[in-house]
Formats: sequence, structure tokens, C-alpha cells
Amino acid sequence: MPYRITIEEVGAGSVNFNCSDQQTVLRGMEALGNRGIPVGCRQGGCGVCKVEVLEGTYRKRVMSREQVSEDDENAHRVLACCIWPTSDLRLRVIGKMVDAVRKTGTAAITVAG
Amino acid sequence: MSMTGVLRPGHAAIRVLDLEQGVNFYKNVLGLLETGRDNQGRVYFKAWDERDHNSLVIRQADRPGIDFFAFKVQSKAVLEKLDADLKAYGVTTERIPAGEMLHTGERVRFKIPTGHLIELYAEKTDVGNGMPYVNPETWVPDLKGIAPVRMDHCLLYGGDIDATRKLFEEVLGFSLVERILMEDGKTDLAIWLTCSIKAHDIAFVRHPEDGKLHHVSFLLESWEQVLKAADLMSMNRVSIDMGPTRHGVTRGTTIYAFDPSGNRFETFCGGYQWYPDMQPITWTFDNVGAGVFYHDRKLNPAFLAVVT
Repeated sequence: MPYRITIEEVGAGSVNFNCSDQQTVLRGMEALGNRGIPVGCRQGGCGVCKVEVLEGTYRKRVMSREQVSEDDENAHRVLACCIWPTSDLRLRVIGKMVDAVRKTGTAAITVAG
Repeated sequence: MSMTGVLRPGHAAIRVLDLEQGVNFYKNVLGLLETGRDNQGRVYFKAWDERDHNSLVIRQADRPGIDFFAFKVQSKAVLEKLDADLKAYGVTTERIPAGEMLHTGERVRFKIPTGHLIELYAEKTDVGNGMPYVNPETWVPDLKGIAPVRMDHCLLYGGDIDATRKLFEEVLGFSLVERILMEDGKTDLAIWLTCSIKAHDIAFVRHPEDGKLHHVSFLLESWEQVLKAADLMSMNRVSIDMGPTRHGVTRGTTIYAFDPSGNRFETFCGGYQWYPDMQPITWTFDNVGAGVFYHDRKLNPAFLAVVT
């Protein structure tokens, strides 16, 4: 059955969509063209879709320790591509598409003298 | 360049979050052949048309990414010479004994300025491509999955791509084929290097974090096979990043997608042939979109931000 997912603090309001327990929260968001959580590898590796689950329960799969520490995981800071809802969920986006090259120009990048 | 030194990419060693899930993906979805497992828990694969024992090695770890990328060199004498040349250039090298990887000879390993471990080796067991060396057929039937013909190249992300380029050119005999410039019109954002007549054998993108993997690439033989690969990815719910489309750089037709641990891989076809009398092609920063994704003429957000 579908659960109601609420992403808080997206722009001026929040984003809501339905997601079945057979679909990850990230795929559920993407499937009908919703936005709010950055989409990267969708396989637990890159970390751009990190969220904090504020309310609700979910199933999860293994994700990169480089992106999600044990403390994170225990505090429900997880990757949206690696969780399946088992109740309605309320969450907040933590992850970012960090694009250092375009956002900061050459200055922040190592250039050999 | 007459292919007497570094011959070609030989193997990529990558980390996966769940070994059996990785094995299932690389064997049944990408369609590589499993060729062995060692006592370190590593699983070895080759593409069907490759003759050497392995070209992709996976191991389970708590984070995905690349452990090392290797090139095969022409002979043991060349291996000795390149080791000496690297040392003379100021690079610290390490010898890894024959047999440490299954069916693989002694390896010379060193770290490049972008933080990646690169290896050179001269020997790997020829297990053949499933067809005899006398009067062979033209292809092997009953292959599974996408079934690329070979592991072709990789794209790595790290900081000092200038010093890495210099090392590849001056010590290993690679040449610059294409480049994308940054906004200043001088600094390279990305470089494509070849040790053969391929448009690329390895490529680098400038990135604030060292040692990162953008993708390992596998060669298909036609554009139709690239389309079929996308069908197989959808059937198997593979996470596709981009494509099927074409790169402006190298002109290859391509799909970027992710393995079950988030390591990006590419299935591609084409690209032009390069000879050492050809000057490099340059893409300016305002055309980076067309250079990377020729049809869309824009980058997707993941190209510069999503790596393992």
C-alpha cells in the first residue's frame, strides 16, 4: 500500500507524494516527476540524496559508510535511495549536489603551479 | 606510440557494498564472465572477447569506489624499464608479486597526483575468448546480459590533473587527445589520454577530492547494442544516469549507469581513431555541455557532482 511522504522545507513549502513499500523513497519521488531530494547514483554510493527522517518507519539496505556513519544511521540520517517506507514519512533534505568546479570557479581547485 | 610500451587498460579493481549482489549484476546484467575467486574474497571477471584472465575485480567493502586501475605493458623488459623511468621521475613504486591477483604476473603499483593507484603488468594468463586460435567462429553464442566485448577505459576524478597528465605523457608515453577548458580559458577541466589509437584509454576530470571514480567503461560493437543495453538496464531496474546519447568528446555513443553499489559504469560504442600526428581537440567552457552530452548540449547535475 502507498504511504504519504512529506519532504519539509523545499522552497517556500513542502513536497508530498505517495510511495509504495516496494519503491525507495527516492524512486517514489522521481517516478511522478516530483523534486526536492537531489538524485545521484540511486544505489547508496554517492550520498547526494541524504535525508533526515523526522517521523515514521522504514526498511533500509546497506549504504556507503563514507556517506552515512553509524551515528547517522542510528539517528535516521540515511540515503533516500536506500529506504523503503513502512509508514507515512516526514523528512528533511541534508544532501547536496556539490559541484565545486562550476560553483566556485578555478580558485578553489588545485592547479599545479 | 607504435604500441611497444603501455598496450592497453588491463584491469579495474572496484569496491562493492554487497559481494553477491555485485557478482549477480556484473555477471547476469552487464554480462561479464566470472573467471575466478581468490582467498581475499575478490571475484574476477572478463568480457567475453577479452583473451586475458580478468579485466574487472570486485571486493566487498563498506564504501564503493576504485582500488586501482592497471595497464598491460608489452613485455617484462618494458615493465622493468617503466619502473626505472617512474623512479627516475620521482615516483615511488611498489612491486606486487606474481600470483597476488589470480593468473596475473608481477605488478608495479604507484600513486598518481590525482590520488589514484595505477598498476603496470606484463603477464596475465591467456584463457582465450571461447573460440580457438585456429579457424575460429566470429562470436560466441548464448552470452548473458549486455555482454560488452571489453573493458575499455576509465574516467577518474581528482585534484592535480596537470601533474597526472605530465606523468602519463612524459613517463608512460600517453598523448592528449581531447580536453575541456575551465572558465579561465587556460586550465584544463578534463583531459582524455591515449596510449593506443583509441580516442581514450584513460581520462581525468578536475575535482576537489582525490582518488574518485567517475566510471569504468565497457565497449559495445554498435549503436543498436547501446540501445539494447538500455533496454536490458530498464528490464533489470538498473539506475541510469544519462543516455543513450552521444558524447561530443570522442564522439562515442553512450549510456552512463550505476552498479548496485553506486559505482558508475559506461556502455559505449564508437569514437574515432587517433594517430600521434593529430593535434588535440579543445572544448571551451561554454561548450562543456555539448562536449559531454552532445544532444542535450548541457551537463546533467550528476556529471560533476556524483562520484564514488
